[in-house]
Amino acid sequence: MSGLGAFLWQRRAEILALTGQHVLLVAAAAAIATAIGVPLGVALTRRPRLSRPVLGFANTVQAIPSLALFGFLIPVPWIGGIGARTAIVALVVYSLLPILRNTYAGILAVDPAVREAADGMGMTESQRLRSVELPLAFPVVLAGIRVAVVVGVGLATIAAAIGAGGLGVLIYRGVATADHRLILAGALPAACLALAFDFGLGLVERRLGPRR
Amino acid sequence: MASSAVTPSPVLEYANVRKSFGGGAVLDSFSLAVAPGETVALVGRSGCGKTTALKLANRLLDPDAGAVRVFGGAASAQDPVALRRRIGWVIQEGGLFPHWTVRENVEAVPRLLGWPEEKRRARADELLATVGLPPAEFGARRPSGLSGGQRQRVGVARALAAGPALVLMDEPFGALDPIGRRAMQAEFLAWKARWGAAVLLVTHDLREAFRLADRVAVLERGAIRQVGVPDELRRAPADAFVRELVEDLRA
Repeated sequence: MSGLGAFLWQRRAEILALTGQHVLLVAAAAAIATAIGVPLGVALTRRPRLSRPVLGFANTVQAIPSLALFGFLIPVPWIGGIGARTAIVALVVYSLLPILRNTYAGILAVDPAVREAADGMGMTESQRLRSVELPLAFPVVLAGIRVAVVVGVGLATIAAAIGAGGLGVLIYRGVATADHRLILAGALPAACLALAFDFGLGLVERRLGPRR
Repeated sequence: MASSAVTPSPVLEYANVRKSFGGGAVLDSFSLAVAPGETVALVGRSGCGKTTALKLANRLLDPDAGAVRVFGGAASAQDPVALRRRIGWVIQEGGLFPHWTVRENVEAVPRLLGWPEEKRRARADELLATVGLPPAEFGARRPSGLSGGQRQRVGVARALAAGPALVLMDEPFGALDPIGRRAMQAEFLAWKARWGAAVLLVTHDLREAFRLADRVAVLERGAIRQVGVPDELRRAPADAFVRELVEDLRA
């Protein structure tokens, strides 16, 4: 084990740089998926007839094997190609579903009596959304973002396959050279990242959760 | 204020209103007027259309036929959002915003109306004191930290915050035990003397209606069976249904 420690220490600069790339990939994808998923989830609660096909479609897309999706995206103009941009697009696709689904479920779970109270006080629809529905749905929405980020950290290791960098670079190199230490040099920091994000977002959830 | 005669300019008036949801009519040929400053109780069994009648007043619902007039104009011609801000609404079980403090709940409508902060604070302090919840002690609490009775008090304070000329109350003391209920009823009479607002109060309890209201309207199967001051209903019930209600009360 001390051999592995020394190995990791020796390569700390590279591990750190790749970890940084990894965090950027996941964070960018989560931010974009949130920016799309939350408004879309809200819109679905306003048009219930669309919710089934849209959620079904998002579900299906998520069932595409991730390596295949990365591959499919390479020849696509604008969003495709080799590199980080394509990887972020693929990660957004996977992050979207939990965020979309939780936003939809979280808003629908708001007590109808509270929603009617907001209407009866004379809130406009957007006031009701901003000051009542979204705050009350927030813990559920955040739980969706948390799932998306944790899953994204794992998926982003595959991004190395299309030249997007990140900790997957070490894992692929390790697999190619049958070097377990190299695989661990990528896998250990990735696992730690997933746990750290999970813990950190869990803290935020408890601190900002409106139901006390 | 108590009068069964037609009042010159009611704050709220229903004329031949019909409202149905899918199946049968919930309200049919429903007519009722509430004069300024008057308290009218709408009494009936659950499912008789009482809550539907209230929601027609603040346009949470619109009638299928007939007319609802509020503040002298057709409700249908008024912007629902603006109208609701002018009408106090006390909801069953309180209907408080669970993520807001007691003070934030009470300040809800004044904030929507854009009152300056100082005015909002002063008004919330005054109202919380009036409903027996000293603001220093209760203002920063959340609804989850209150008893059922305290929540209903906050609901009353919230409905009155912007000084509405019309207040709709839906079973406002329904979730209380008999002792708490009697205490709130006594307080209601004291508050009412201060507000001067017209009140349309929905209840299934005729005893409560007789205690609190200037006039009582008995609603059964979507239509009004009798409207009058409590004495009229006691002395001359209009039909068998009303007579039975009144006799139940004596028993």
